[in-house]
Amino acid sequence: MENFGYTVIVPFLLFISFLLIGLAGGKFKPALSGIAGTFSVLVCTVVSYITAFSYFSGAGLVNDVYQKIIPYNTEWMRFTDKLVINMGILLDPISVMMLVVISTVSLMVHIYSLGYMKGDSGYSRYFSFLSLFTFSMIGLVISTNIFQTYVFWELVGVSSYLLIGHYYQKPSAVSASKKAFVVTRFADLGFLLGILILSNITGTFDYSILTDPNGSALTQGSAISFMGLSVMTWALILVFMGCAGKSAMFPLHIWLPDAMEGPTPVSALIHAATMVVAGVFLVARLFPLYALSAPAALHLVGYVGAFTSLFAAIIACTQTDIKRILAFSTISQIGLMMLALGVSDFGGEKGLGYMASMFHLFNHAMFKALLFLCAGSVIHAVHSNEMNGMGGLRKFMPVTHITFLVACLAIAGIPPFSGFFSKDEILVAAYEKDFLLFIVSMIIAGLTAFYMFRLYFSVFWNKASDYKTAPHESPLNMAVPLMFLAFASLITGFIPFSKFVTADGKGFETHIHWGIALPAVGIALAGIFTAMVIYKKESDLPQRIKASLGSLYSLVYKKFYIDEIYIFITKKIIFNGISTPVAWFDRKVVDNTMNGIAAVTNFVSVKIKSFQSGQLQQYAYVMVSGMIIIILFVLYLWNK
Amino acid sequence: MIEGIQLEFFLILGTLVFFIGIYGFLTRKNLITMLMSAELILNAVNINFVAFNKYLYPENLEGQFFALFIIAIAATEVAVAVSIIISLYRRIKSIDVEKVNEMKY
Repeated sequence: MENFGYTVIVPFLLFISFLLIGLAGGKFKPALSGIAGTFSVLVCTVVSYITAFSYFSGAGLVNDVYQKIIPYNTEWMRFTDKLVINMGILLDPISVMMLVVISTVSLMVHIYSLGYMKGDSGYSRYFSFLSLFTFSMIGLVISTNIFQTYVFWELVGVSSYLLIGHYYQKPSAVSASKKAFVVTRFADLGFLLGILILSNITGTFDYSILTDPNGSALTQGSAISFMGLSVMTWALILVFMGCAGKSAMFPLHIWLPDAMEGPTPVSALIHAATMVVAGVFLVARLFPLYALSAPAALHLVGYVGAFTSLFAAIIACTQTDIKRILAFSTISQIGLMMLALGVSDFGGEKGLGYMASMFHLFNHAMFKALLFLCAGSVIHAVHSNEMNGMGGLRKFMPVTHITFLVACLAIAGIPPFSGFFSKDEILVAAYEKDFLLFIVSMIIAGLTAFYMFRLYFSVFWNKASDYKTAPHESPLNMAVPLMFLAFASLITGFIPFSKFVTADGKGFETHIHWGIALPAVGIALAGIFTAMVIYKKESDLPQRIKASLGSLYSLVYKKFYIDEIYIFITKKIIFNGISTPVAWFDRKVVDNTMNGIAAVTNFVSVKIKSFQSGQLQQYAYVMVSGMIIIILFVLYLWNK
Repeated sequence: MIEGIQLEFFLILGTLVFFIGIYGFLTRKNLITMLMSAELILNAVNINFVAFNKYLYPENLEGQFFALFIIAIAATEVAVAVSIIISLYRRIKSIDVEKVNEMKY
């Protein structure tokens, strides 16, 4: 078996690049820090590709099963004999796949940012945080144990926070970054509790023990039950709460649309392609536990995913900010991945949902990054996020137009673009397991096609707005990543994914199920056609539809008032009910106790300070008389 | 050895010198005089050391050595104290102990 020790380079190089750009970035020219960051990511991409190639071409294969390889593992902290935390690298099909996804998208975003962020005052800060993010994300996917995952999980959270707040002079960006941080932190509380319960009942953090399908970890904890569910189920539900926070599942999705306040390449990298799928990745990482030990938790994953997906797809149909539409589309697609995991079983062809989820994750990363980068290119040209102020851009920006169209076709699931293949697998998996979820995912497919082409036709067709300065195509270093990702969206669907990435490591054959694929494509085409009728030419049709739907439209447009509900709960209930009494207690009781002690000390010291007269002979008098008293006392005791 | 003088006489002498020193230290206002009083206290101790050494343990010499040490320390103490007094004089143009009260609270 080949030794994959060289993979260590990837995280270390990125970390060094982060430190170098972050600490010394102000010293040299901004352009240099951009190039340094891009170069280190380029090296990492090459190493990741080499790793993936040698892993999938046979080095990871023993008896037709892809093995978990741990090329590097070191003890990080030892608290007691049992409580030991390691840091290391774990290579298995999904982590190798994620290495490829992260390094590719990150490289494209780096190259794109060289052009997009040009002239920005925080140029080197931006690149150092990008390096930090890439480092932590890679650290997350190659973790050997769940605690390492947790550490890097928080690190991606903080780099997301830093990058959303990149334009920190803008109050909306500051509040968006705060919102993202607080919401995901709240979810991570569940994650931490889940880790603690999980490690308590199994006695280990280590993935290779936790997720061994023949191991003892699976059966432990199922005997003890709490409120009708086994402790293992509770632990996995709590872990899923963390995943839901990171992957913006309902009801913790509220931070993701606001996170679009960050620079657009950041949205492409963090809030579309990599970080937000960390939740899906973690469920997949713990999949043997979910599937074999706690099917109830897995059902929850599937239904939460389905509901979120439908919910976000409906909202996406009404939004007008192009980045927000893409954000809701991301939520919807991640929901679809969760749904696919939820309808999967462990082992062999029954693990179709698992494989479909990973396949969709891979394809989604490519085309969603592409969509965001195209949106960035449009925003760069028009200087606005509002879809209503755009139109007719296809004449001005041919490259962006074509690549965006490719991405839209891919996400809508039109063959032969990549989304078609993975969505087909998801539909098949859902059809075999749960008919309700199958119907839901069909509806989502239609809605996805509709809102993506609504966006496409409104931006690139329709009537051209009166642009003050004519929009122009983006520079080459922004166009090249678009073309690369469009090419990827064209071909990644043909990768025989089921041979490489499966729940138990054994590859299997899949083929297109035309019985399901044809209706799905039909629904998608219907969605596209509807969007074309309504939005391709300028007309008052959208306004008429809006008016006829009335309050229903505004309910959806306001995102079902979820944000308002949160504000009501936090401001009215938590602030008034809990925070105000606690603040009162702090101010009146705690502070006054402290002030009282200080006041008494002060009073006493004022009273007795005249003893310190500064007269040397007074002190001597006191000393001598004190001595005499002591001597007399000692003599008295002596003679008694 | 001074024949015929008993230990008690030396002790009485030491006590007298000691209390003269204490009295001077407590009542004199002049810092130099106070310093001299402190020297008297030290010398009273010296007398006791030597006398006890001579009368009780004539074969040993520790008491005498102690006395020598105290003389040396007294000399250094005088050097330090006089330099403090000189700089004090430069500062407040006086060596009256009651005027030296800058160090209070």
